[in-house]
Amino acid sequence: MDIAALNAIWQDLSLLGPEIAQALVETALMLGLGLASAVLLGGPLGIVLYLTRPGQLFAHRGLHGVLGWCVNLVRSFPFIILMVSLVPLTRLIVGSTIGPVAASVPLAFAAIPYFARLVEQTLREIPRGVIEAAEAMGASPWQIIRKVLLNEARAGLISSLTILTISFLSYTAVAGVVGGGGIGDLAIRYGYYRFQTDVMVAMVLLLVVIVQAIQFVGNRLAHRLDKR
Amino acid sequence: MIHLQSVSKRFQHPEGGWFHAVDDTTLSIAQGEIFGLIGFSGAGKSTLLRLINLLERPDAGRVLVDGQDLTALSARDLRHARQNIGMVFQQFNLLANRTVAQNVAFPLEIAGWSKADIAQRVAECLDVVHLSDRAEHYPAQLSGGQKQRVGIARALAPRPHVILADEPTSALDPKTTQSILSCLKEINQRFGVTVVIVTHEMGVVRSVCHRAAVLDQGSVVEVMDIAGGEVDARSELARSLLEAA
Repeated sequence: MDIAALNAIWQDLSLLGPEIAQALVETALMLGLGLASAVLLGGPLGIVLYLTRPGQLFAHRGLHGVLGWCVNLVRSFPFIILMVSLVPLTRLIVGSTIGPVAASVPLAFAAIPYFARLVEQTLREIPRGVIEAAEAMGASPWQIIRKVLLNEARAGLISSLTILTISFLSYTAVAGVVGGGGIGDLAIRYGYYRFQTDVMVAMVLLLVVIVQAIQFVGNRLAHRLDKR
Repeated sequence: MIHLQSVSKRFQHPEGGWFHAVDDTTLSIAQGEIFGLIGFSGAGKSTLLRLINLLERPDAGRVLVDGQDLTALSARDLRHARQNIGMVFQQFNLLANRTVAQNVAFPLEIAGWSKADIAQRVAECLDVVHLSDRAEHYPAQLSGGQKQRVGIARALAPRPHVILADEPTSALDPKTTQSILSCLKEINQRFGVTVVIVTHEMGVVRSVCHRAAVLDQGSVVEVMDIAGGEVDARSELARSLLEAA
C-alpha cells in the first residue's frame, strides 16, 4: 500500500470524525441503558430463579418452572425479530422507535433474561454448606442474599457482566441498523452501502479494541474481588 | 438444656420408599456437658444433630433448647433462637470472600451488634482460638486446622449456650484433631458452653466427651458415661466402635 492510498483512508476517516464520535456516544448509550436494565431487573430475576430451585431456600417447582419457561421464551427469539415485535412497546415507553434510547428497549428486553440465567448459573457455584452455615446462625433470607450469595459470587457476577457487555455490544450493531445509530450502523452505512471498505475496517478495528478493553477490565476486577 | 422428645426424621429415596434417618428418638443433654453422638456412617448422627437447631425439621416430636420448643416457633423467632446455638462443620463452611475477622464478625452482624461491640468481641474470640495474627487473612490462606479454629471462633462469637459440632475433625490429621478438640474443651470449661459433637471416632469421644450416645439405624442404642478416658460401653455396637478405634 502506498502513501497516497493511506492518505485517502486518513481523509475518509477524518471527514467522518464527528460522526464516529457521535456513533460512539450512541453505542455507549444503548449499551449503558440495556445493561443497567439487565442488572436492575435481570439480576433480581436471576436470584429468584436460583432461590426457587429444588433444594434451595425458597424451593418452588411451579414458580421456578414458569420463570424458567419465560426466560427461555424471550431468549428463543432471534434478536432482530424480537426488536421488530417490540416496536409497539418501544413506542409506548419511549414515544418513538428511532434513536439510541428507543433501541435500548429491545436491547434491555433481551439482556434481562440473558443476565438472569448468568446470575442463576453463577450463584449455583456457592457451596450449599456456606448458605447452611448462615441459616444456622439465624440469618434472614435477605441477609443471606446480600451477605452470602452476592458477596461469595461477586467475582463470578463481574465475569457474567463482562460476557453480557461484550455480547450486547454486538447486538447494538443490529439495533443500530433499524434506527439506533452507533458504531455498527456507521460501519454498515459507509462500509457496506457506500463501499467504503476502509471505514468498515476502521469501525471493526475500533470494536476489537473496545471488546479487548472490556474483557481486560472485567478480568482484572474479577481477579481482585476473588479471594477463594 | 437440650431435650429431644420422640423425634423422627425420614427422607424419601429418589427411587421411592423412605429412609428413617432418626426414628422416634428421645435424648436429654445437660447444661455444660460435652456430649458425643457416635455411630457408623448412615446411623443418623448428623441428622440428629441438625434436628437440634432445626436445620432439619422433625417429622414428629419436639425439640427443646433452653426450655424453648423450637418446633413451635415462627420463622423469625427461630432465627433468633438459632443465634443462641453455634455450629461448627466438617467442611468449615467459611465465607471465602471475607477475612478471618469478617467471618467471625458475621454472626454478630446478623444479630445486629454495633460496630464497636463487634470489633471487641471478634478480637476476644480470635484470641481464644489463637488466631489473632491471622485476622486479616482470607480462608484460602489458612491450613485446615486454622480454618476450623475460625469456624469455632465464629460459632463462639454471639456467646451461645450451645455449640453443635458436626464431625469437626474428620477432615483433619490426627495432630490437628487434638488441637481442635482441646480448643472445644477449653471453650466448654471457660465459658460453660454445652457442646454436642458428632463423630465416628471413639478416640474423639474418649478425649473430650462426658457422655455419648451410640446410634444405629436412627435409634439410640445406649448412652455411655466417659470418665478419665475410660468408656463404659455395654452394647455390642459400642464395643465394635471401641475396637475400630
